[in-house]
Amino acid sequence: MKAPAFAYARATSVESALEMLSAHGEKAKLLSGGQSLLPAMNLRLISPEIVIDIGDLAELRGVVVRDGILSVGALTRHVELLESPAIATSAPLVAEAVRHVAHPAIRNRGTIGGSLAHADPAAELPACMVALAATIVVRGKSGERRVAAGDFFQGIFATALSAEELLVSIELPIERNPSAHFFHEFARRHGDYALAGVAAHATMEGRVLSGLRMAFFAVADKPVLAKAAARLINVSVTPAQISDAAEAFGDELDPAEDQQASADLRRHLAKVLFRRCAGALTAVGAAR
Amino acid sequence: MTAPMAIALEVNGEPVNAHVLPRLNLADFLREHLQLTGTHVGCEHGVCGACTVRVDGEIVRACLLLAVQVNGKSVQTIEGLSDSGEIADLQAAFRERNALQCGYCTPAMLMAAQDLLRRQAEPSRERIREHLSGNYCRCTGYQAIVDAIEATAQARKVQVR
Repeated sequence: MKAPAFAYARATSVESALEMLSAHGEKAKLLSGGQSLLPAMNLRLISPEIVIDIGDLAELRGVVVRDGILSVGALTRHVELLESPAIATSAPLVAEAVRHVAHPAIRNRGTIGGSLAHADPAAELPACMVALAATIVVRGKSGERRVAAGDFFQGIFATALSAEELLVSIELPIERNPSAHFFHEFARRHGDYALAGVAAHATMEGRVLSGLRMAFFAVADKPVLAKAAARLINVSVTPAQISDAAEAFGDELDPAEDQQASADLRRHLAKVLFRRCAGALTAVGAAR
Repeated sequence: MTAPMAIALEVNGEPVNAHVLPRLNLADFLREHLQLTGTHVGCEHGVCGACTVRVDGEIVRACLLLAVQVNGKSVQTIEGLSDSGEIADLQAAFRERNALQCGYCTPAMLMAAQDLLRRQAEPSRERIREHLSGNYCRCTGYQAIVDAIEATAQARKVQVR
């Protein structure tokens, strides 16, 4: 199908984008890479009256390290995340996750800001942001605000962004302690949306895990942190403890059923992921 | 503002000026305004890959890009790649190995394959499959396509030596 008619305007600065957003509110949609917006428009799931193209705003592009923080511009494309030395060094979880996002032709256009603002519950990057305790920086006409990733994602395609705000960058804390990460997802085909997936970040002290954030995606209406991960912190972990924690995690979930997978299959896959993730990360700790 | 907008771009090395509605996607612009019908339209939501073209040297989905977004950019279609001879060996390998049947996915398969071969001289079969994972073929079962790309990669390597 084709998108219904809409007006199109090119923003020349963040300020001009915010002017237009405040003039049109809910009737406007921001266009960056367009890899989620245009399919939704072509399928006529949404029909904005005006599309504001922010694709040319160079000020929103790029990855920089400053003051122990990795700052990623909202318009940084998936392909750039994949190839960035700073991401590879300081946020290897993101680099690994991006390999699972769609296909090369889509990664050449899609942006991190677009993915986060779109907030698909099955998307990889939102889960990475929650696992890494990222801060999402958003700007409105009255100024900038910073939202913890855990508060940013609020439900299916729902975020803390108001209709008059623009996501400008993402700040990732650079880990100073020894750390490890884990990423895995189950999908029917490489690059498809996951049936269930996990993005995890662990810190280590001696041979045990001192912190463990396991963010699961495609198993709820937004990325969720496994509470049961707390059972594996600051203790020497046995396989039996991992199994028990995985079972407890399964009870935390209430996954939805859709044409891709039943609720039971999703819960089963999530528990399998929990065991693999916890097993891999505790093994990294024990091998130190 | 829903009225046609002026765009100026380059398509297969030639300057193009046009007036297009904002809702017109690049695939339809190429096919209907420029009669470059080698870019195929399948799913129109980014899944099948049949509309793959190059914009500023990178492969993209032409169905997920508005014509107004390519203002000032350089677009290359399968017609451009074919006419320049850039992929003559790849096309011959597809023909020799029956890497196509109905041909609907073929232009985009060639686009995606050439994109990989430009980046990596000797990709593994697994790497080839990964790079083509966004391009559907409902005839061949992919085996012959992977064969043709692998054979082209090997032949190009020998030529370089």
